[in-house]
Amino acid sequence: MTLFALAGAFETGLLFALVALSIFMSFRVLDFPDLTVDGSFPLGAAVSAAAIVGGFDPFIATFFGMLAGAAAGFVTGLLNVRFGIMNLLAGILSMVALFSVNLRIMGRPNLPVYGQDTVFSRFESVVDAGLWSNTILLLIIAIGAKLIVDWFLKTEIGLGLRASGENPAMAEAQGIRNGAMTLLGMSIANALCALAGSLFAQMQGVADVTMGVGTIVTGLAALIIGEAILGRRTVFLATLGCVIGAVVYRLFIALALSAGFIGIRPQDLNLITAVVVAVAVVLSQRRGKRGRKQLFNFKLVRGAQQNDEGQD
Amino acid sequence: MLSFKKAVLATAAVAAIAGFSAPVLAQDSDEKTVAITYIVEHPALDAVREGIIESLAEKGYTEGDNLTVVARSAQGNMTTQTQIASEFAGLKPDVAVGISTPSAQALKNSMGDTPVIFAAVTDPVAAGLVENPEHPEANITGTSDKQPPKPALELIQSLVPGAKTIGVIYNPGEANSVVQVDEIKAAAGELGLEVVDSPAAQSTMVPDAARNLVGKADAILLPTDNSVISVLEAIVTVGERAKLPVFTTDTDSVERGAVAALGFNYAEMGKVTGDMVAEILAGKTPSEIAVVVPGNQDLFLNMKAAEAMGITVPDSVKNSAKKVIE
Repeated sequence: MTLFALAGAFETGLLFALVALSIFMSFRVLDFPDLTVDGSFPLGAAVSAAAIVGGFDPFIATFFGMLAGAAAGFVTGLLNVRFGIMNLLAGILSMVALFSVNLRIMGRPNLPVYGQDTVFSRFESVVDAGLWSNTILLLIIAIGAKLIVDWFLKTEIGLGLRASGENPAMAEAQGIRNGAMTLLGMSIANALCALAGSLFAQMQGVADVTMGVGTIVTGLAALIIGEAILGRRTVFLATLGCVIGAVVYRLFIALALSAGFIGIRPQDLNLITAVVVAVAVVLSQRRGKRGRKQLFNFKLVRGAQQNDEGQD
Repeated sequence: MLSFKKAVLATAAVAAIAGFSAPVLAQDSDEKTVAITYIVEHPALDAVREGIIESLAEKGYTEGDNLTVVARSAQGNMTTQTQIASEFAGLKPDVAVGISTPSAQALKNSMGDTPVIFAAVTDPVAAGLVENPEHPEANITGTSDKQPPKPALELIQSLVPGAKTIGVIYNPGEANSVVQVDEIKAAAGELGLEVVDSPAAQSTMVPDAARNLVGKADAILLPTDNSVISVLEAIVTVGERAKLPVFTTDTDSVERGAVAALGFNYAEMGKVTGDMVAEILAGKTPSEIAVVVPGNQDLFLNMKAAEAMGITVPDSVKNSAKKVIE
């Protein structure tokens, strides 16, 4: 792995920390397995790229991207809360619909923003750290987002959100409106994901309608690796795990990419990545037997069941 | 827990150490390195890659001898594609080659001073790779697979007499396909043909998109769309049942059951791209090399498919074909 590859892994890793935080909000805090993110990631990219090409300031364009993501999350929440569509399906519907919406927004499948002002070019004109400029900006954003999520989850509304995800019946008895909490949480989660998409498009110089493929998988992998490393006893550790897990996952991919010297061929990349991550999680499982079983108490399944029961 | 943390750190450290030492490329002036990346495994893209390596061998750059080839597939994932681009930036090869639009865009964004050659990009201008294809302004040039669609439409007119409406199946999410479909529509207008489009956002939606054209179109013309061509057989099946002839602009499709294709083969494109790479290795800069759409359009015919879809092929057309499958 060269310095460039290392910087690249940190860049994409810190960027996907935002996706991991998004998935933490929906899957963990809200107990809502949200598949919207595969659509809201390219949505953020599409909106901010279209806005930048349309002459908006890149910071405002990024903000538009986040707003659009929040709206997408709100729609998923609405489908679930107001119309009683099961949470998994609600997310799938939004994700599918967003493909068309993104094409409409960009007017075509692939919209370059090369040579335009982006938040990265703005930052680099102030702090020029060469190869590491993007990494520094993304580190600030990822840690900032992590701290804001930490803070938010400790406010009264944030506590309500956690209660609503943890035990809806109890929360309702305490006067918390579960529906409103779902809408709020989903909006925040997808705004985070769209922020990641906006930044990815600006970093990469192009927004593409297919770039959301695999967002959920990468984000989940990051979340779980983070939990394997740090656990999730406190919000602070869990969100820190999102950031670290995302970077570690990308380092694993960079490692798989540079593994060519042991006879590995290009088509083996995904396999190598999967094996490396599996080995890492198995290592943690061995240790986990001593009192950290919550690690594999995976809410993806439990959440779906709970919601099924809540449908009638 | 701690030991896992250590394990991860150790892995990362090993990765860093192994990595920092592993790809130390030979810096001898007569030993060259070419780094090739492509978005996904695909017959056309693979053919380009092989063509490049073949052409380099003809020019005296033999892999394993005086040439190191680093090939990386993004396996269909754009994020991985950007990471491959950063890996290449660190490798500092003599030339970086991006096969497909997203691969070329990722390289353009990260390679800095390293010359970049792209291949199989339908519209390099719309993709933001070059502004003037005759004199590329940045450190990037390459080959485009943009084909004028008019000859293909004229071929359909000659093989399907009385054809009025042409059906087109494509993935609206593929930038290359949208460009091609727009051009097909423009050319069809000039020839007095109508175009019905039937979008399919994924490969699994292609069979329905094909059935949707039955009764609406007199023939189907497929652009070189990755999602569509990958399930060509499904369209051929519909075409045979409904006597709706299927034409493509991808010559490999003819062996897979399309009636005819007017296009160039991607191995040829790979050779032209390889020639460009060789020119760069010999000291030229990308701005000195114009973007090329390689070769003439060759006709490939499948007589069995023609019969199954109810077409009689005149001898004059048959004789002009570069390859006829009986």
